[in-house]
Amino acid sequence: MKIQDMAYARSSDKGDHVDISLFTYTEDCYQQLKDLLSAEQVRTYFAPMGIGIVERWEVPGLMALKFVIQNALDGGGSHSIRADNQGKTWSGALLRLAEHLTIEKPRG
Amino acid sequence: MDTLRIGAGVGFYGDTFLPAIEMIQKQAVDYVCFEDLAELTLAILQKDRARNPQEGYTKDLIPMLKATLSDAVKNGIRIITNAGGLNPRAAADRAIDVASSMGLTLKVGVVQGDAVLNRLDEFMPFQHMETGAALPGDIRSRALFANVYLGARPIVKALEQGADLVITGRVADPSLFLAPIIHHLGWDWDDWNQVALGTVVGHLLECSSQVTGGNHGGHWDAITGLDHIGFPIAEIQNGDEIIITKTPGTGGRVSYDTVREQLLYEIHNPHAYRTPDVVVDVTGARIEEVGPDRVKVCGIKGTPRPQQYKALLGYQDGYMGQGMLGYSWPDALKKAQATESILRAQIARLGVPVEEIRAEYLGYNSLHGPLASDQYADQLNEIYLRFAVRTQDRRAAEQISRLMVPLALGGPPTASGLIGVDRARGLMGLWPSLVDRDPVDQNVHVTIEEVRG
Repeated sequence: MKIQDMAYARSSDKGDHVDISLFTYTEDCYQQLKDLLSAEQVRTYFAPMGIGIVERWEVPGLMALKFVIQNALDGGGSHSIRADNQGKTWSGALLRLAEHLTIEKPRG
Repeated sequence: MDTLRIGAGVGFYGDTFLPAIEMIQKQAVDYVCFEDLAELTLAILQKDRARNPQEGYTKDLIPMLKATLSDAVKNGIRIITNAGGLNPRAAADRAIDVASSMGLTLKVGVVQGDAVLNRLDEFMPFQHMETGAALPGDIRSRALFANVYLGARPIVKALEQGADLVITGRVADPSLFLAPIIHHLGWDWDDWNQVALGTVVGHLLECSSQVTGGNHGGHWDAITGLDHIGFPIAEIQNGDEIIITKTPGTGGRVSYDTVREQLLYEIHNPHAYRTPDVVVDVTGARIEEVGPDRVKVCGIKGTPRPQQYKALLGYQDGYMGQGMLGYSWPDALKKAQATESILRAQIARLGVPVEEIRAEYLGYNSLHGPLASDQYADQLNEIYLRFAVRTQDRRAAEQISRLMVPLALGGPPTASGLIGVDRARGLMGLWPSLVDRDPVDQNVHVTIEEVRG
């Protein structure tokens, strides 16, 4: 199963932080990704981008996981010289990690 | 039962206001809120105001009013906007001129008092919201603006006094939408669950088409009519649920997926989304599709508003110079990388001080950087090098971006499509803080002016 058929995500900036929400289409996928995507896992994955702490929240009622990656934008969108200065594409990067983890550790 | 309908006019400075015209002409709403300000927007407006003290509000405001005000007044639809930016007073003066010239009769409300740069002493040490550090003198001396995120109360005051058009500066985005709900339905400021629900209306609408199928991460290719995307409308009654829909006869989609996506957007802790009016908990939210492009939201909880206001200071912090140059197969990436090496060597030889150099390869890794897959890197059809620098020296920034021009002939082969080599862009650092309410509120003024056509 492709990750795009299991989940989707949207991300953006607030100050120097990138805020990513990930949503699954089924309860089953939610449980699977909740178990696989720890804050530490996400922090390690995004570390090459130059980041600080990663916070994670679970919103089971909406089958959603929320990640806030602190100090991720070189001082914020108005200070960053990146093409993606607001972290709009970090959602896709998180999906890539999720895809990698689900292939590595298929459920059941 | 009385149903209040609130529409989103724009979601940011630069957004289209054609959907607002349509929702006003179709009389699909009672209020339209134009949310124009992001963190970056104030920096843009500051540059305008520095050039001309009579500016500092969004340049969209006047064309937007010219396009909507006549129909809005005719249909009894009231307009609320924070497009006043850094100069709501000047914005209102222009708006009054426009309304007069259109022969309209209406009341214009202006909310002022969010700007605190000129009275920063009262708020020192203006500690950083996250680190707790006191505002250093060298940052203060480079400050471009400092504004408090006001809540819904001053807008409600303007509405109570009959304002048909309310122009504000920095008001928190969702508060713009909460104000007409409080005013129209008479909700109690201390009924935290109700205020939280009204704030969620604002949060869902403040980014305009992001809740009606725009920028949708899910099955985006199944959403039709993005060429005529409808902007969102909320229907609110007394009770604990709201309906999110959009202008009839428009494209896009309002669904479970588009609504939950916007509900969690940029709120950080979903248990405690902080606004000036309330702290919102969305974790118990229930979202249900109740008809075509009609989604019900309930289960929103609130707790008392934060003790302090959030304030944001922006300060000048260097310049960006940049340029882009494209290369084709064969060895597209290799050629672009060679150009990066040439530019780095030339910068070193120039000896200009540079704080950061960034080389990104469009079509390969310009967005995901080191996380991008390199699976097909040696077979790419074409690649653009985007080369950017940050420096405190504007001339150096421009000098560096011009280094790209001669490489069209004097670098690796097939260079083409040179773009982006122009004036340096000013960069801005952000310093968020928390400030006491009283000294802010004492200086918040609501004025009402009548225009008689």
